[in-house]
Formats: sequence, C-alpha cells, structure tokens
Amino acid sequence: MIDTHKTGEFRYEVSDIRDQDEAEFGITPSQTVGPYVHIGLTLEDSEVIATEGDTVEVTFSVIDGNGDPVADAMIEIWQTRPDGTYNTDEVEGFRGLGRGMADETGTVTFTTLRPGATEEEAAHLKVGVFARGMLERLYTRLYFPENDNSSDPVLELVDAARRDLLIAEPVDGGYRKTIVMQHADPEKETPFFRV
Amino acid sequence: MSTPVNAATDGFFAPLHFPEYRTTIKRNPTNDLIMVPERLGEISGPVFGDRDLGGIDNDMTQANGGEAIGQRIFVHGRVLGWDGKPVPHTLVEAWQANAAGRYRHKNDSWPAPLDPHFNGVARTMTDENGHYNFLTVMPGMYPWGNHHNAWRPAHIHFSLYGRQFTERLVTQMYFPGDPMFFQDPIYNSVPAGARERMIAVFDYDETRPNYAVGYKFDIVLRGKNATPFE
Repeated sequence: MIDTHKTGEFRYEVSDIRDQDEAEFGITPSQTVGPYVHIGLTLEDSEVIATEGDTVEVTFSVIDGNGDPVADAMIEIWQTRPDGTYNTDEVEGFRGLGRGMADETGTVTFTTLRPGATEEEAAHLKVGVFARGMLERLYTRLYFPENDNSSDPVLELVDAARRDLLIAEPVDGGYRKTIVMQHADPEKETPFFRV
Repeated sequence: MSTPVNAATDGFFAPLHFPEYRTTIKRNPTNDLIMVPERLGEISGPVFGDRDLGGIDNDMTQANGGEAIGQRIFVHGRVLGWDGKPVPHTLVEAWQANAAGRYRHKNDSWPAPLDPHFNGVARTMTDENGHYNFLTVMPGMYPWGNHHNAWRPAHIHFSLYGRQFTERLVTQMYFPGDPMFFQDPIYNSVPAGARERMIAVFDYDETRPNYAVGYKFDIVLRGKNATPFE
C-alpha cells in the first residue's frame, strides 16, 4: 500500500505487467472463497463421506478471534478408510473427501467412518477451513481420544499445551470439536499446519 | 497490532493477516503455522470424481429457459502441476457475479439487478491434456464494505483439487486492465510480481466469431513445499 486517503480509500501501485503471460511463470496464488462460496461449491450430500458401515457423525464449530461463530465457513475433510489406506481409487459408499458449509452457528456435521492409523501416523482427519477473510486455506487435524496418539509424528510437532486442541470430544453418535481460528491466549488457539 | 509471520508460502502469496482486508484480522491465527514434513496423506488422497459432480455444466450463459444478459466470454486454459506438467481429469469449479455485479445469493443485497437467466456457477473437468473451458458472461464489479468506496475488480472464483492435499487451491481470476486494481486489498494482498499471475490473457485466437470474447487463464497448483523449478 502506498498511502491511505483521508476518506480511508486504499491506494496500491499498479504494475505494468498486464496479465499472466507477462508475469513470471509460477504457482497461482490463493484468494479467499468470499461470502458467496455457496453459489459455487454447494453440492448435495458432500458432507456425507460414507454411506455404508459403522458411520459416525463428526461435528465442527468454527469461531473467530472475537469468539463469534463463522457462519460462512466451509470445511473439508480428507481421511483414510478404517484400514488406514487412502481411496485414491474410488470405492463405492466411501469417498474419503467431504465438504460442508457452516450454518448460522458456524457448525458443520460430517457423516463418515472412523479413519485408521497408517504405518507412520495415528488415525486422524485432515481438516481444511475456508471462509471470507481467509486468503489461504487453514489446515488442522482431528485425532481421536480412544487411540494412542503418543507417537504420532505430526502431533509431536505441536507444543504440549495445545495438543488437546486436536483431540476430538466424544458425544452421542460421534465426536465434536470447536476450531478456534484465533484466541487472545495463544495456548487456546487451534494449531494450524503449513504444508 | 503486530502481524505474525505466518504466510503459508512466503514471498509468493498473501500473508494470513492482511489488515487492509479487514476480515482477515480476526479470522486467522496469531501463532505461527506449524511446518509439517510431507507425508502420505498430504501427497496422496481422494478427490471429488465425476460421480460427485452434480453434473457437468460448463455454460453459464443459459439458465432457466433463457439467455443471460451481458458480454459473452469464453474462458479456457490449462491446469498445471507445480512442475509445469498438465493435470488431466481434474475438477474445475467456478462461480461469479452477473453482468451487473450481483450474486445470486441471499446475503448479496446491493441494489443491482438479478438476472433470471444467470445462476453464476460452472463445473467442468480438465481433459487428458489438462485443458478446461467454460462459457459465461463478463462479471460486473461490485461495491463492498471494506473501506470507503470499496469495489471488487471483476473476477471469477475458481476451486481446484488437483491430485493431492497440497494441491488444493481456491483463487480468483481477474481481467487485464481492470481499473479497480489500485484500491482492492484482496488482489493486492498477494506480493507484486505474483499477483499478475491471477490476471487472464485476452485471447483473440480463441475469440469465437459472432459469439464470444476469448480469455485464457492457466492455473498452476502448488506442490511439495511450493518451491517449484529449483
């Protein structure tokens, strides 16, 4: 930003580079999904990851740095099958990828199977959070309280005080977790990862 | 307030906190992101496939039994991996405002007209060479409440999954010469030199005679630690 006009208008320098062919070739930057993400990315039953087997419901609520629900959040889940394999090839009744739009309380519920551990890692869900006001996806994980997560190499990277923020809370029919995008106390803020 | 050094991809992409885009201030962590080594789940993984699409529809210019108002445009390009190689058979989702700058959304209430024949959503797949295309109308600019007299440059939202968790991308395509770039914090949150990668190329060769103006927009997905060509 070069300056701010007295009315609060922003002024940025505009480069002479006219388009992507004149720019240096490279990775396309991320931009926010914006407030109207529902137009483009709502798909019927996309929060249903599994339709067969011993399904559970996993509910996420997203709150911002004021403690307010993020009603326009979109959450995505990536996970293994119960046997710890990823279904790169599609399997009937299980997709491994879920996408859900938050309601007015910032809440999304997925229906899925409990993931399995892999050789290296404890069972977990990979969780992507998108919303207006987020220029990048935020990536966090959800582990399960009934498992031994002590040797998970990713959980180990998280300072001990915040590890519990990545463990699901059991409830009737499944689990729930609140994703705290920001908190005045850094130890109460959900850990997010960079890949 | 201090701005944490927690850009997901330093140098090329927007920081998580970009206070001039006000909503970023409370919707991103104050702790730094935790760097994870690349592991199985980050480098493989499921994708939405054909059966999950809810149907392919790569024509936004026809809806509800009529033709959308506006300048018809033909948007096409390639989806590439971080190594520059095409990504075949991958989902491309797009959404946008109508020619008047209005979204068909319950929360968009600014007084520009809705178009009964424009829904503003397309879903398509890349072909075996990584090409995609769709037909739409030129989206309008629209005002928003970020700062005094704030307007978004004309843009089309894109969502891509690629082949793995790290390739997931949501971005916006802009148009060359847009006069609103100078005041838009979302576009300018990306460092100079990289932000222009989001500007489509006017494409006369792909302009359809007597029908639609062509634009080319190639999309390059990030990969392993987002450090390509080294």
